[in-house]
Amino acid sequence: MRHKNKSLIVLPAAMLAAAAVTHVQAATLDDVKSSGEFTCGVSTGLTGFSSPDENGKWTGIDVEVCRAVAAAVLGDPEKVVFSPLTAKERFTALQSGEVDVLSRNTTWTATRDNSLGLNFAGVNFYDGQGFLVRKDLGVKSATELGGASVCVQSGTTTELNLADYFKSHDMQFQQVAFDTSDQSAQGFDSGRCDVLTSDSSQLAALRLQLADPKGVEILPERISKEPLGPVVRQGDDQWFNIVKWTLFAMLDAEELGVTSDNVDEMRDNPPNPDVARLLGKDGAFGEQMGISNDWAYNVVKMVGNYGEVFERTVGMDSPMELERGINALWTEGGIQYAPPVR
Amino acid sequence: MLRPSTTLPRRGRGPLWRNPAVRALIIQAVLFLVLAIVVGYLVHNTLLNLEARGIHTGFGFLEGRAGFAIPQTLVEYTSDSTYGKTFVIGLLNTLLVSALGIVAATIIGFMVGIARLSPNWLLARLATIYVETFRNIPLLVQILFWYYAVLRALPSPRQSLSLFDAFFFNVRGMVMPDPQPLDGFSATPWALLLAVVGAILFGLFAKRRQASTGQALPVYWIGACLVIGVPLIVFLVTGSPLEWVMPKMTGFNFRGGINILPELLALWLALSIYTAAFIAEIVRSGILSVSHGQTEAARSLSLPEAITLRKIVIPQAMRVIIPQMTSQYLNLIKNSSLATAIGYPDLVAVFAGTTLNQTGQAIEIIAMTMAVYLVISLTVSFLMNLYNARTLLKER
Repeated sequence: MRHKNKSLIVLPAAMLAAAAVTHVQAATLDDVKSSGEFTCGVSTGLTGFSSPDENGKWTGIDVEVCRAVAAAVLGDPEKVVFSPLTAKERFTALQSGEVDVLSRNTTWTATRDNSLGLNFAGVNFYDGQGFLVRKDLGVKSATELGGASVCVQSGTTTELNLADYFKSHDMQFQQVAFDTSDQSAQGFDSGRCDVLTSDSSQLAALRLQLADPKGVEILPERISKEPLGPVVRQGDDQWFNIVKWTLFAMLDAEELGVTSDNVDEMRDNPPNPDVARLLGKDGAFGEQMGISNDWAYNVVKMVGNYGEVFERTVGMDSPMELERGINALWTEGGIQYAPPVR
Repeated sequence: MLRPSTTLPRRGRGPLWRNPAVRALIIQAVLFLVLAIVVGYLVHNTLLNLEARGIHTGFGFLEGRAGFAIPQTLVEYTSDSTYGKTFVIGLLNTLLVSALGIVAATIIGFMVGIARLSPNWLLARLATIYVETFRNIPLLVQILFWYYAVLRALPSPRQSLSLFDAFFFNVRGMVMPDPQPLDGFSATPWALLLAVVGAILFGLFAKRRQASTGQALPVYWIGACLVIGVPLIVFLVTGSPLEWVMPKMTGFNFRGGINILPELLALWLALSIYTAAFIAEIVRSGILSVSHGQTEAARSLSLPEAITLRKIVIPQAMRVIIPQMTSQYLNLIKNSSLATAIGYPDLVAVFAGTTLNQTGQAIEIIAMTMAVYLVISLTVSFLMNLYNARTLLKER
């Protein structure tokens, strides 16, 4: 527990302390610096976003965000403790201080931003909800799904969109809700449901886990906007800014053509003032946030720019083979856009 | 009554802490104060933090639109219903599986417990195997076994196993015909009610008659005939006003009929079978606690085995059985919260799970959920204690 007034506490308080929320003025950055690591909430296993590989090392685009924050703050991307959370547990874990950053394919919504005591630090993946069905059902559109059983992960925006979509299209459906996305994929695979619904990127990942990935297809409809991004606790603006700008730095690096391969050269001979500012040759942009000035250099050097991370985890260099689509930079027809470092 | 020898010598006015009554009072007061300070600190700290983080508190969220679907709703519910309604739905689902589980566990438990004491070698051994198997495997594993290994192995809806073309079993559970009452059906439940009242009155009459004349009447047979026969006759006389809606495979799923979720079946099976193993042991201990002399006395009066068991052994065994049985019932109700592992929409899964996640009102929702389990448990304890008081040995 951090920064707690110890004067009043008697022994039983130690036992009950779990019930108390850590004091809000807690400066997450100071705690992270003094302990030399921070805790990042991730999913219980979602290929491409956050899942442990065969060696138990966490991989995925959400995991890379955690690593990037560690690189920016501590100069070492491995100083992250990953805490796997179900959709239902995630917000409580963040609110109570169990994790310092939640990077778990979490959709940015008004309720979550405004009433849960959380702040969304940006969007690392723009997604939309889709439906996965077996090809042999012969369904070509989501509007033909009336009466179907639908597997969904409980406690998600997906669950809400699902109810809204079927209601607005005047169709009946049977919902089967599970705690983890693995369970819902398993439910679909065993025939418990006709349809599996989730963010379309998740469907692409879950599809790889099915017994017959070729025998299923993702229907063309995208029924919602799902901007996914890292989340921090409200009330600690410094930490919020660090996570937000770590994400921006990855996008700016891609836009400026800075990659993990050329970052050293770029720092030594910045081709333009933008690169010089980003990589800490000019200005004190790290110090403004309470971290070192080579924060963005560390992020790009140790983790990579946004494009590199995307391709490696969910893009063409990964089993998921997702297109950049709207996740391309604004300069390339997408909507990923970061404010400048200056 | 004070005996003269207990009068103590007059105590001098020593210091206060020498007085045990005062000392006890002070210790209690200090402890209470410490506890109050700790609780006060925790509450204060929590409220402070909630406010500082902009987390809204209060129960206003219960009025909000839920916006999500629930697969099994015993009362009317749509995604337009309120969060308050999700609480009701979850609670009813918890009560449903608990009630079904308690009934089944009691029946299985009694049968197995008695079987374990049977002189039939095979029956007794089978009962022992049952008890030792099911009480030694964790409940969660059993729930997962029934759900994933057994019910998930059933065929798809199109290839359902069917029974008389009316009951269908598939991976999505069990579908059975849905009785729809037509005009004039309401006479039947009334007839049933009257018949039950009649049967109870007849039972009381028979008891009094037996007490005064010693002659026993076949209460069970006549009672059963009353309860089954009267409503049946009324039902037939009013022209069988009941329509069975048969389930029919249309599109993706069966339409019409009642669909029993596989999640409910799995949870019900696991809870009843697991708890029944404990109840069997309780029943066995209860029966063994009845002195052998009682059975021998019954035999020497040449009472048949069945009557010995029903009229002599079990009533006395109940005194031992009931208090332990109460604990098992309470365990079963609380264990039903494992539903969330397989997606059965019970109180914990729906309200303390989805609703909590969608609203973020963790403290309020968890407090409500805990209060509900407390109330249910206290109610069951109370009812069982009432029953226990009735079966206690009455010393005359």
